[in-house]
Amino acid sequence: MINKNFFFKGYRSIFTHDSPAIALTCCFIAIGALFKNLGFNIQESIFSTVLTYALPGSLVMAESMLIGASLLNIFLAVWIVNARLYPMAVSLFPLMMHKSQSKWKYYFSCHFIAISAWLIMKSNYKKIPKKHRIDYWIGIGSATVSVSVIGTFIGFSFSEYLNKDMMLGLAILNPVYFLCMMIGASKTIPVTLSVLFGTILGPIIYLLSPEWSILLAGIIGGTIAYLAGEYNVS
Amino acid sequence: MSASIVYAILVTSLATFLSRFLGAITSEGIKETSKLFKWFNCLAYATLAALIARTIIFPAGVLVDASYSSRFIVVLSSLVIFFISKKNFVYPTIFSAICMAILNNYI
Repeated sequence: MINKNFFFKGYRSIFTHDSPAIALTCCFIAIGALFKNLGFNIQESIFSTVLTYALPGSLVMAESMLIGASLLNIFLAVWIVNARLYPMAVSLFPLMMHKSQSKWKYYFSCHFIAISAWLIMKSNYKKIPKKHRIDYWIGIGSATVSVSVIGTFIGFSFSEYLNKDMMLGLAILNPVYFLCMMIGASKTIPVTLSVLFGTILGPIIYLLSPEWSILLAGIIGGTIAYLAGEYNVS
Repeated sequence: MSASIVYAILVTSLATFLSRFLGAITSEGIKETSKLFKWFNCLAYATLAALIARTIIFPAGVLVDASYSSRFIVVLSSLVIFFISKKNFVYPTIFSAICMAILNNYI
């Protein structure tokens, strides 16, 4: 069973002053409007947000559908773009693993891994007893998915009122918010270097290999940052 | 619902869930104090930073319509506000949206 106290504590984390609620809602407003322009109906739009719950993946799906890509192409393109979720999961779940908790909670809640929920959990996990971190995490994930669904609904419903300037404003908000969050999370040498190297290498490698740029930049930049951190400790 | 859209959504969600689920399974044997965990932590932060940088410099979607200079001005000024406001996340975020909407008409 899920511990209600910790679940709601996690759920309420979306209402704090530094929560990603505004950024997340705005991004999904843009996604909702995009879905409507692609010919989705409201059910399909919300179905997509709930089931995918990853902005880059949704954007790739939308672009692939626009050019008439096959299902296999969509699968591969989304898988490559969202492969970043793998290291995010591996760097988060060991912090929440506890013998007394059933495994289904971990398998079910891995669906909530996305930048916003991941960064909230990374900033707050030390305040939560290890046994109940998974309940807290499920609360965070449920809150961020709820906000995403509301954003999609608003975007879909009001798409005709969103002009180009408003859409641009909504689109820049997400990277700015997460850039600030990443800088705010850079409190140790390895994390600071990881953010720095990732920021520099991502666009450079994109010029050589657009599809693999994020993964390669993450592996190269992250490994250099890790080794620098280990060297600093030793 | 149209079948092709539903299949596209299902395929997208399957491709997304795969990475998450494999990550959850793999992490079962990893201790949070281990070197492997620390390495993965660095990989995760570097990957996210790369994704954000790429979104700003080589965007997809509507951001393509904004000029490089307007994107850089918005991001840099938002970062200045972030540091001036003692690392508050809300002010730079809201500022960036308003600033981009205004700047796009001039740059």
